[in-house]
Amino acid sequence: MKKAVWNKINKHHTSYLMVAPFMILFIVLTVIPVFIAIFYSFSSYNVMQQPQFFAFRNLFDNYLRLFLDDEVFLIALRNTFVFAFITGPISYVACLLIAWFINDLGPKLRAWATLLFYAPSLSANVYFIWQYIFSSDANGLLNTFLMNFGFISEPVLWRHDPRYTLMVVIIVQLWLSLGTAFLAFIAGLQGVDRQLYEAGAIDGVKNRWQELYFITLPSMKEQLMFGAVIQIAAAFSVGLLSAELIGRPSPLYSAHTLVMHMEDYALAPRFELGYACAIATVLFSITLGINQLVRSLLRRSSRG
Amino acid sequence: MFKLKNRKNKTGRRATRSRAGDFFVVFFLGLLAIFMVMPMIYTINLAFKPLGELLRFPPTFFVQNPTLRNFADLSNAVASSVVPFSRYLFNSLFISILGTVGHVIFASLAAYPLAKHKFPGRNVMFTMIILALMFSPIILSVPRYLQIAGFGWLDSYKSILLPAMVTTLGLYLMKQFMEQISDSLLEAARIDGANEWKTWWYIVMPSVKPAYMTLTLFAFQAIWNDSNAVMLYITTESKKTLPLALNYVMQGGLPRLGATAVIGLLLMIPPIVIFIITQSNVIETMKSSGLKE
Repeated sequence: MKKAVWNKINKHHTSYLMVAPFMILFIVLTVIPVFIAIFYSFSSYNVMQQPQFFAFRNLFDNYLRLFLDDEVFLIALRNTFVFAFITGPISYVACLLIAWFINDLGPKLRAWATLLFYAPSLSANVYFIWQYIFSSDANGLLNTFLMNFGFISEPVLWRHDPRYTLMVVIIVQLWLSLGTAFLAFIAGLQGVDRQLYEAGAIDGVKNRWQELYFITLPSMKEQLMFGAVIQIAAAFSVGLLSAELIGRPSPLYSAHTLVMHMEDYALAPRFELGYACAIATVLFSITLGINQLVRSLLRRSSRG
Repeated sequence: MFKLKNRKNKTGRRATRSRAGDFFVVFFLGLLAIFMVMPMIYTINLAFKPLGELLRFPPTFFVQNPTLRNFADLSNAVASSVVPFSRYLFNSLFISILGTVGHVIFASLAAYPLAKHKFPGRNVMFTMIILALMFSPIILSVPRYLQIAGFGWLDSYKSILLPAMVTTLGLYLMKQFMEQISDSLLEAARIDGANEWKTWWYIVMPSVKPAYMTLTLFAFQAIWNDSNAVMLYITTESKKTLPLALNYVMQGGLPRLGATAVIGLLLMIPPIVIFIITQSNVIETMKSSGLKE
């Protein structure tokens, strides 16, 4: 028995050697951290002392505290969902529509248009400039513009008024979100067999929207699935963007997200790493859960 | 492949494209294009504004008397830091290039058996890769911090480089692309006596140029733009990178806005240049990016 296993490994040893560098590092740096997070989420751990694991009857203390005792966590949870449910679908549809519109342009123009729309996510750090555009005083570019045209009479506190902060982060995130999925859609559209359009026109496809629905989308199902995975992952991981645009913490926690909440507990001065790991576990489960849900919905609608 | 001409009606338009629709598309794309490039154009303008224009009230969008003073001002802007500005630039280039090379080699090497060999464990590995695509590594920053601290990698570039080298998007795209290579080509190489390493290097790699160009772009862009990992894991000032220099200079407020914009400009240029070089390869690669059910 042992020998059989050894023979099998030996037979494929080159394959294993080739995947080894990547897979070992990947398992150590991505798979194991998932388990570390789950493991420490059942403990109280402050780095200085040994982690205190909870006894069986209060095993879920960190999770109970999150949902019952931590109001800020609930705000962060709500914000993260509002944020993801707005930026996720809008950015997905925007990636698709813009890629589709661009696809009608000639090759040269299409290349430039691709660069233009992809540029913000290429140079993601330039988002710092939005701080000055959304600046709350009369010095802000947007306030100046709106006041010049008489839409408002005094500056709007974009980055300080809790009514606007989340919206500001959403706008900037949308600006950043024509990324990998956008490129995948452009490629998918170019891969559609042109004969199908010919056949469609003969079969009575009248306008571009019918063509999109009946011919284009069904021919790029796999890219659509890939794009959904990428956009969902991005929609749930916003933290740094909000912290830098609005501040940490934001006014009344109006733009507080789960990633920010997790970092707040993990870093100085709190160092509650067990608790931070519980937040990481919740966030991880939500992201993976929503991703599976959307994938099964897409799968069903593409069959139906 | 032969090309089919589009069916056009009398006016020379495709039957499914109305004039009103075309107008709407151009209008809509134009509006969005303005939204997308406006912050970039503003950054470029700020980088060339003299101090007087930076402080002018109300603020102007376009520069009137462009100057190069802000570029010279960079060294003053980081003067209170212990390291010169060029160090941040060097660090950024260093880790971005090293991390990109490592990523391309590791991912291409692992993608080959995953795409072309049948061995026990292959499906498990690929499933893990797909699952990892579904969440952002930022979610794991806390447990990863514990781990990196445990390995003694804090304040070392290992903490930035090694995770960046095993980004799963690259492996996924490379594997998908390699699946298109014909098996008979590989078989021919083996009959000629090439072992798998040689087949990988002499046959597979040259035929996946679009894919490794794409991985180069994505990896470079990710490491170059990263500030989260550097903020968390790197404490020594002389090891920090350009995005952190930007935050540092930005604290100087409006008088330093010009210098901040110059750093923004420097951060913008390399990924855009790489994309211009690799664009057609990237689109070619993304054609096989589709996720099968």
